[in-house]
Amino acid sequence: MSELKQELKEKIIEQLNLEDVSVDEIANNDPLFGEGLGLDSIDALELIVMLDKDYGIKLADPKEGRKIFESIDTMAAYIAANRSN
Amino acid sequence: MKPVYINSVGSVSAQKTFDNSEFLNEITEYNASTVPVIAPNYKEYIPPAAARRMARGIKMSTVSSKNALTEAGIENIDAIIVGTGLGCIGDSERFVSDIIKNDEQFLTPTRFIQSSHNTVAGQIALGLGCKGHNFTFVHSAVSFESSLIDAKMMIENDEAGTVLVGGVDELVDHHVETHRLIGHIKKEPVASQELLQSKTEGMVMGEGAHFFVLSNQKAPSCYAELLAVKTFNTLSKERLEENVLAFLERQQLGIDDIDLAILGNNGDVNFDPYYDQLGTSLFKDTPQAYYKHLSGEFDTATGFAFWLANKIIKTQTLPEVVQLNAIVPAKLETILIYNQYRGENHSLTLIRKC
Repeated sequence: MSELKQELKEKIIEQLNLEDVSVDEIANNDPLFGEGLGLDSIDALELIVMLDKDYGIKLADPKEGRKIFESIDTMAAYIAANRSN
Repeated sequence: MKPVYINSVGSVSAQKTFDNSEFLNEITEYNASTVPVIAPNYKEYIPPAAARRMARGIKMSTVSSKNALTEAGIENIDAIIVGTGLGCIGDSERFVSDIIKNDEQFLTPTRFIQSSHNTVAGQIALGLGCKGHNFTFVHSAVSFESSLIDAKMMIENDEAGTVLVGGVDELVDHHVETHRLIGHIKKEPVASQELLQSKTEGMVMGEGAHFFVLSNQKAPSCYAELLAVKTFNTLSKERLEENVLAFLERQQLGIDDIDLAILGNNGDVNFDPYYDQLGTSLFKDTPQAYYKHLSGEFDTATGFAFWLANKIIKTQTLPEVVQLNAIVPAKLETILIYNQYRGENHSLTLIRKC
């Protein structure tokens, strides 16, 4: 699981162009949206595409993303439970 | 009709032009077939959260437009008008590449949002909270002039008091390779100062963003008055002189009234003869300047020429590096810019000290 969390942090930084953020600066339980990493609705769409492309997970209801994308912890748990690749 | 004042300038180019307190104080020379901009420290102008999604063209334009607005001493404007040959072509290329690479699946929104031509004008408006007229002109080498014409008409007809007008184009890999393949970029690197002596086909390709605040009110920062702009989609060498004369006559001017002609020579042996035609006939006794050895050639390179002309008038200085002939100007008050690209999309732009 810790490998997956590290991988997610690297992917988020790269795909969302977070040039000034390093992997070490993202705590596993930091909120990704709002006060935490400051991601927004366009980033949420990018993360939905990432789940589909890299882990074979299709979110039928984008509203599900609100809970899944709360933090690296919640993302990793959801991916571990639902991934198909 | 109301006069149109050019109250401020902003430039990001292959020279260090983003600092408005300088005027070509230091020249960067190139030995290349493409010349990228000298980028300012974007972090000084754009919050990191906003910058992370911005394509190069948007970043350049944001800095350039902010500098223009700052110099004009205003925070908002009535209209934003941008000219661009290819818009944010970098993101367009990446979006299309992703479509191919991912078999039309997994398309991400950011590249799509930014891949349209009018992204720059939209981003500037979002940054300023400007809900006024927002327009983008895409018309090859007269994109910038088309924007100038629109801005001028809006001000003259009292549809807007203050307009931010600009031109932007960016250098990106696939676009450059395509132009190389079709022979529009020089096969060999060319030293800046030897551009016009190269006598080979093609251009040295560049990029840049140039923005200006135009207004019906003359600000303390004012550079010049925009007198006239005209574009021609097609124009033969044989009809060039009569059209230049007719353009000047409409302003009740003659050749002797032009203190400086800024010509768009880009070192292409096939198309520089258009400039030579004017330089050796109508303008044979007129001081002449050129600039594409400093900026490179791109669809909105005349934004650099417009910046140059305004700086020359405001500083009353003609830098040696841009002088094309040995005729010393008696005064620097009325400047004509002539440009064309590969024999098409000609433009004439006239500004005067005020």
